[in-house]
Amino acid sequence: MSYKIEVSGLRKSFGSLTVLRDINLKVESGQVVALIGPSGSGKSTLLRCLNLLVMPEGGAVRIGKDSFAFGDGSKLPAVREQARFRSNTGMVFQHFNLFPHMTVVQNVMEGPVSVKAMPKPQAEELARKLLAKVGLSDKVDVFPNKLSGGQKQRVAIARALAMEPEVMLFDEATSALDPELVGEVLGVMRDLAAEGMTMIIVTHEIGFAREVADRVVFMRDGVIVEEGPAREVIGEPKQEATRAFLSHFHNRG
Amino acid sequence: MDYTWNFDIVWSYRWIFLTGTAVTIGITIAVVVLGLVAGLIAGIAQLSRSPTLRWLSWAYIEMFRLTPLLVLLLWFYYALPIMTGIKLDAVTASVVTLTLYGGSFYAEIIRGGIVSIEPGQSEAGLALGMTPARVMRRIVLPQAIKRMIPPLMNQSIIQFKNTSLVSVLAVPDLLYQGQVAAMDTYRALEVYTVIAAIYVVVLLPLTAIVKRAEKRLAQSN
Repeated sequence: MSYKIEVSGLRKSFGSLTVLRDINLKVESGQVVALIGPSGSGKSTLLRCLNLLVMPEGGAVRIGKDSFAFGDGSKLPAVREQARFRSNTGMVFQHFNLFPHMTVVQNVMEGPVSVKAMPKPQAEELARKLLAKVGLSDKVDVFPNKLSGGQKQRVAIARALAMEPEVMLFDEATSALDPELVGEVLGVMRDLAAEGMTMIIVTHEIGFAREVADRVVFMRDGVIVEEGPAREVIGEPKQEATRAFLSHFHNRG
Repeated sequence: MDYTWNFDIVWSYRWIFLTGTAVTIGITIAVVVLGLVAGLIAGIAQLSRSPTLRWLSWAYIEMFRLTPLLVLLLWFYYALPIMTGIKLDAVTASVVTLTLYGGSFYAEIIRGGIVSIEPGQSEAGLALGMTPARVMRRIVLPQAIKRMIPPLMNQSIIQFKNTSLVSVLAVPDLLYQGQVAAMDTYRALEVYTVIAAIYVVVLLPLTAIVKRAEKRLAQSN
C-alpha cells in the first residue's frame, strides 16, 4: 500500500497553547480525508502544517517524495526548499485570497509562470482549460471583485490546480459562502475527488464529508480522537466526544 | 488701508524669482527621489527578520521624524563639521537633511502600505510555491504601492514647502531670493505675496493629481 501523505509525531504550540500533540496520519494516494472537529481543535493548524504555512515544532511530514523532519537537531528547511515543498500541494483558503490586482486568468497563470517559469501562452492555455473545468470560461478576463463568493472559490481551486499538485488541501473552503453558493464549490470538489485527486478537507459540511470522503478524522484539543471510514465515524461514532460533536449537526438537520 | 500697491518693482525682479523657483523645484526633485530611496530602505528594514536592522531603522526614523526640520538643518550645517570635521556646503547640507527628514516619513508610509495587505495574500503566494521575496515583488508590492501613492504624494507636497527652510543657510531658493528682493525694494508686501502665490501655483496641479489618485483608489477597492 502506498501512502501519498505521511504525518508522524507532529507537534505544534503557539506560546503556551499546545495546538497539536503527537499527530499521526496516513493518507493513501487518491483518498479523500475529511478533518472534522470543533473550532480550536487544531484541524486547520494541522492542514497548514502540511504545506508549512505553519512550521511544526516536532515530528515529520512526507508528501509524495518530499519529506521534512522538525524539532530537536533538525534544521528548519531553507526558504527555497520550503517553496518547492509547497508547490507540490494545492491550498484552498476559507477567504479565497485571490490576487485582486490580477484578472481571473492571470490569477490562475501566476503559479506556473512565476514558480515553474512556464511560457505565458502555455500557462494561459492551461489556465483556460482549468477555468472551463470549474465552469468559469465566461469570467476569464474579469477581476475578482466582480465575482460572487462561489465563483471566487472556484477560481481559487483552479489556481491551486494549475501547479499540478500531488495533493489538494481545503481549509474550510465553503465556510465563508452564502448557503446558496456552497453547492457549486462542493460540486467542483466532488469532481476532483472522483478524478482520483488526493485531498484533505477541513470542513463543517458533515453531509458532504460522509458522501465524498473515504475517511473521516475527528479532532479535539489537538489530538485525533477517532478516525475511520466516513460512514462509521459519522454514522456510528465509537467515542463519546465524536458523538457529542456530531449531535449538534443531527439536531440541526 | 491707503497702501499703494506697486508690482512693477516686483516685475523687474522676475528673473530672480524664476531662478529661485527653479532652485526650489530642483531641490524638491532631488530630496523626493533620494528620500524615497532612504524611505524604501528604512521601511523594508522595519519589516526585516533581523532585530539589528529593525532597531537601526527605528532609531533613524524616530530621530528624524521627531526633530524639527529647522533644527536638523542648522545641526547638519553648523554642528556636524565640529563633531566630524566633515564640512558640507549649504546646498549639500540642505539636500542631505531634507532627504533624511523626508525619508523618515516615507519609511512609515511604505511600511504601513506593506503591512496593510492582508496576510492571506502572502499565504496564497507562498502556497503556490513562491519564495518570500517573489511574494513581495509579485503579490504584495503591486497592491501596496497603489495604496502608498496618495500619502507619498502628500508627503512630497509637504517636502516642496519644507524646502523654504533652506533659505536660512543662504541657499538661493525662492524664499531666499524673495528676502533679497524685499530688502532691496522695501516692498515686503508685494514680494512675499508673489512668493506665496508661486508656491500655491506650483502645487495646485499636484494636489489635483493626488485627489484623482485617491478617488481612483477608492473605486478600485
